Amino acid sequence: MTDRDLPVTTDELHAYVDGVLPTDRLNAVESWLAAHPDDAARVAEWRAQANAIRAHYETAAAEPLPERFDIERLARRGRAWRGVAAAAIVMAFVVGGIVGWMAHGASAAPNTKPTNFEIFSAEALDAHKLYVVEVRHPVEVSGDERTHLVQWLSKRLDNELRVPDLESSGLKLVGGRLLPGPSGASAFFMYEAASGERFTLYCAQSSSPESGMRYREGEPFSSFYWVDHGLGYVVSGPNDRKRLWAVVKAAYDQIDKTRAPKTGE
Amino acid sequence: MGGFQQSVQAAVPALRRYARALTHDAEVADDLVQDTLVRALRSEHLFHGGNVRSWLYTILTNLNRNRLRSLARRPTITALEDNDAPDMSGPEAGGRDIARALATLVDDQRTALLLIVLEGLTYREVAEIQGVPIGTVMSRLARARSQIKAYLDGVRPVLRRVK
Repeated sequence: MTDRDLPVTTDELHAYVDGVLPTDRLNAVESWLAAHPDDAARVAEWRAQANAIRAHYETAAAEPLPERFDIERLARRGRAWRGVAAAAIVMAFVVGGIVGWMAHGASAAPNTKPTNFEIFSAEALDAHKLYVVEVRHPVEVSGDERTHLVQWLSKRLDNELRVPDLESSGLKLVGGRLLPGPSGASAFFMYEAASGERFTLYCAQSSSPESGMRYREGEPFSSFYWVDHGLGYVVSGPNDRKRLWAVVKAAYDQIDKTRAPKTGE
Repeated sequence: MGGFQQSVQAAVPALRRYARALTHDAEVADDLVQDTLVRALRSEHLFHGGNVRSWLYTILTNLNRNRLRSLARRPTITALEDNDAPDMSGPEAGGRDIARALATLVDDQRTALLLIVLEGLTYREVAEIQGVPIGTVMSRLARARSQIKAYLDGVRPVLRRVK
């Protein structure tokens, strides 16, 4: 049997409508449609749908482009962000790893090791994913025992931890737990909004130099990461960048504000 | 502007068209396109040749999928327009109907259909963008077409969005 003798398949009917049918099957399909009015009706229907879709949306491609889509402008903006100095903590954020598109996060400051960022934020996001779904056991020590919680984890991390109060962002401290981390012990705190939305703060010792805010988009959670005074912090939450940023800023401000000056600082 | 950036710039009108058909909302569509462009420019060093346009469609499709998943998790889901019945009056009616019909489709089916009929991509290209075998693209296409037919015939879709 030659190609032209094979019975016509539904896939070929679709291909016929979409103009991707191999030319040596054209005769077979047209003969088939002539002999099968039901199939001919379906094909006509599909064609009408395609025409309607094109007619309705074609104009979108013909519209003059607003400035926001100017590539040179977008490229310039991107470069400006990447050039921000990270000598002191600066609140500029840079897109770090894009899941599925990047193997390594793009470096913000020249002396920030991408590896630590990758490791830290991956650990934090894993912990976030693991614990935010817990109804009965999201944390080990409740936020009601805040003083004890902070003392305990500070001891384990050998570092005076500051746990932000995020009530003004509508977030209550659910509590915290101890986790194994890349650099030893990690502290993990969970916050919850009235809506049930949860954010977490992951904190561990870091040997990286201080860094600016780095953003990592995950699916379905994203996080911001920074290093300050020997500690790495990751705030994770749902994929709403604006909201997450607001929470991160509040957390950062709190942590920064309540730090007791070290001797000699 | 280098060759890469030029290719990206040239693709913008098509991306806007695709995004608008995908999202049923011109503003959301343009935001999606901008996000796509920003990501594409930042990932230039990861693009190792091939079809820039397909790559851009992939980014946009994934961003839209993330957006929909994000929306699904919020306590209130935006309902489709209450009046789901096809409007038979006037020349604009057909356009509104097809837009509503598209909105009733599952995201993967809508994506497949639009990439094929609106963006003129081959089944293989769509398979690469969606990350599935060609057979899966064909079944999504078939379901999309039969669902739209059912909608336009006045039959309510089986699944409705819940308020």
